[in-house]
Amino acid sequence: MEDNKPWALISEVGDQGYIEEVTDILEQHFHIICHKDFLQNSLVHGPKIQAILMWNTLPAAKPSLLSLLPSLKVVASGGAGIDHLDVPYIASLGVKVTNTPGVVSDATADIAMGLLLASARRIVEGHLIAVDPNITCLPLKLMGVEVTGSTLGIIGMGHIGYKIAQRGKGFDMKILYHNRNRRSFEDEQAVGASYRENMDDLLKESDFVMMAVNLTPETTDLISHRELSLMKPTATLVNISRGLVVDQDALVKALKSGGICAAALDVTHPEPLPRDHPLLCLPNVLITPHVGTNTIATTRKMVLKMVDNAVAVLNGQVIPNEVKPN
Amino acid sequence: MEEDKRWALISEVGGDTGYLEELADVLKRHFHLICLREFLQNPALHGPKVQVLFIWKFLPEAEPSLLRSLPALLLVASGGVGVDHLDVPFINGLGVKVANTPGVVSDSTADHAMALLLASARKILDGHQIAVDPKTTHLPQRLMGVEVTRATLGIVGMGDIGYKIAQRSKGFEMKILYHNRTRRTGAAERATGAEFCRRLDDLLKRSDFVVIAVKLTADTTGLIGRRELSLMKPTATLVNVSRGLVVDQDALVEALRSGRIGAAALDVTHPEPLPRDHPLLGLPNVLITPHMGISTNATATAIVEKMLENGLAAVKGLPVPDEVKLQ
Repeated sequence: MEDNKPWALISEVGDQGYIEEVTDILEQHFHIICHKDFLQNSLVHGPKIQAILMWNTLPAAKPSLLSLLPSLKVVASGGAGIDHLDVPYIASLGVKVTNTPGVVSDATADIAMGLLLASARRIVEGHLIAVDPNITCLPLKLMGVEVTGSTLGIIGMGHIGYKIAQRGKGFDMKILYHNRNRRSFEDEQAVGASYRENMDDLLKESDFVMMAVNLTPETTDLISHRELSLMKPTATLVNISRGLVVDQDALVKALKSGGICAAALDVTHPEPLPRDHPLLCLPNVLITPHVGTNTIATTRKMVLKMVDNAVAVLNGQVIPNEVKPN
Repeated sequence: MEEDKRWALISEVGGDTGYLEELADVLKRHFHLICLREFLQNPALHGPKVQVLFIWKFLPEAEPSLLRSLPALLLVASGGVGVDHLDVPFINGLGVKVANTPGVVSDSTADHAMALLLASARKILDGHQIAVDPKTTHLPQRLMGVEVTRATLGIVGMGDIGYKIAQRSKGFEMKILYHNRTRRTGAAERATGAEFCRRLDDLLKRSDFVVIAVKLTADTTGLIGRRELSLMKPTATLVNVSRGLVVDQDALVEALRSGRIGAAALDVTHPEPLPRDHPLLGLPNVLITPHMGISTNATATAIVEKMLENGLAAVKGLPVPDEVKLQ
């Protein structure tokens, strides 16, 4: 019944928070209070709150907030990444953590291919020339690099990486992958992917290097000076993981010196970059503002999954996507 | 040997409209080249030598006055697959063959079609502009695109290029519809999961993305007009990699402005480039690239090599591999 709905804390609707098109999902199962209103009277509101429904890492699950929420049972995060969460700390308070893997994969794989193709075929530069008030004839020197038949090296062959491989196969790309664990023979056959146990080999052989790993201590700065120097000078780096997986200073250096040819990034560190960051003015760099899951359909699926997870925790049911501290 | 090399007329090397040096070098291996500017300084002297006219990006234009100054001309060898810029019957009437370069353009053009589709759907242009804008302080939450995976793709014109577009979109689990003068084989349909739409109207009503991949002919001029655009979903995107004239541009502007379709992504317009005050240039949901469907070094090289092959066959009196024969 209406009155029995539990209370959940969110950042806000609009601006940096949820889009209007998903508020119906939140309100179906929860009384919602946004962070600004919560802070007006945290002593009154705090004890009611059983769930934090976290979107774009907000509100941040810091001790200063969690200490005001004695009834908190779950931090339900929207999205697959959990690098912004101190899971052991939250678990030590007796609070569950959940994420939304799976539903993000198609949209993220689509953006990965979109960035790869837009970079390779110089779509943004082409458009800007096509609409430039000062051009009078078409430039013949705007040449891209061939995608069909090129070599795609996927670093991180999880759910998203595998879907990228499926898409790359349609372009007759030769697909290499590097992963902590090798995929099954059937999985490899289905997309024509060859395993490279040594990541260096993948870096040397690839025309497009695709970062699709989780951000962990092991993958922080996974691609730095040495890795970039192994890449072909004609190669493109595509990053749809997290900014911190790539050493950005090393990337700037490699792009400026011609160590690699181009980069296409949906993620940076921080987001957005400082306005004077060198990556913003390099000609061969394409950046999108973390839009990997930015469709209404995928956003709704993420919010639905996030809410389902929170409801399951509060009802003592099996939790679909619990993130356990290891 | 040098002495055996025949003469060919080209537009120019370098500059805005000419061949890249490396590409001209491919032709120079087997032909003496004369540029149009030099030719026009003394057509009476140069004309009788020229046996092949190589056309790159529609230049030089194969007009009657030029052709009549080339009495020894055997072949007009055009780079690319489209021949809508050539009056083939007229040229044949002068005893001159016409050749194009089919096949080698298909992968690159299909790749470009997918690049346009994805860039439009996921607002990559807008995203990049926001990401690098000096005034940006936060990630934009409202920059929402449309879903590509499992969306419906309608391919109008299922030739070599259309078929390769179908192959690529299969990887995105798209539902593929196609309309073509003739139906493809069962095997081809099964390989791509493509469903034949005998009526273009059906394809237009059901598709989230309509990709135009037909040749430009008298039958396909204005194929997509006001009526066709009104049949499309208001959320749909039109992608054109064929020729500008296949689409009624005024109708397209109206459909975009009124929200009768969602967006357009065009590698081709009419003319190219558009006049600088053309309304298409100012619409927010339009992505335009300056006819770059074959603009990769690998494909450009493959095209020029095919042009060369056709030219050599003609001067040796052999059958021209890619001769354009009229129905």
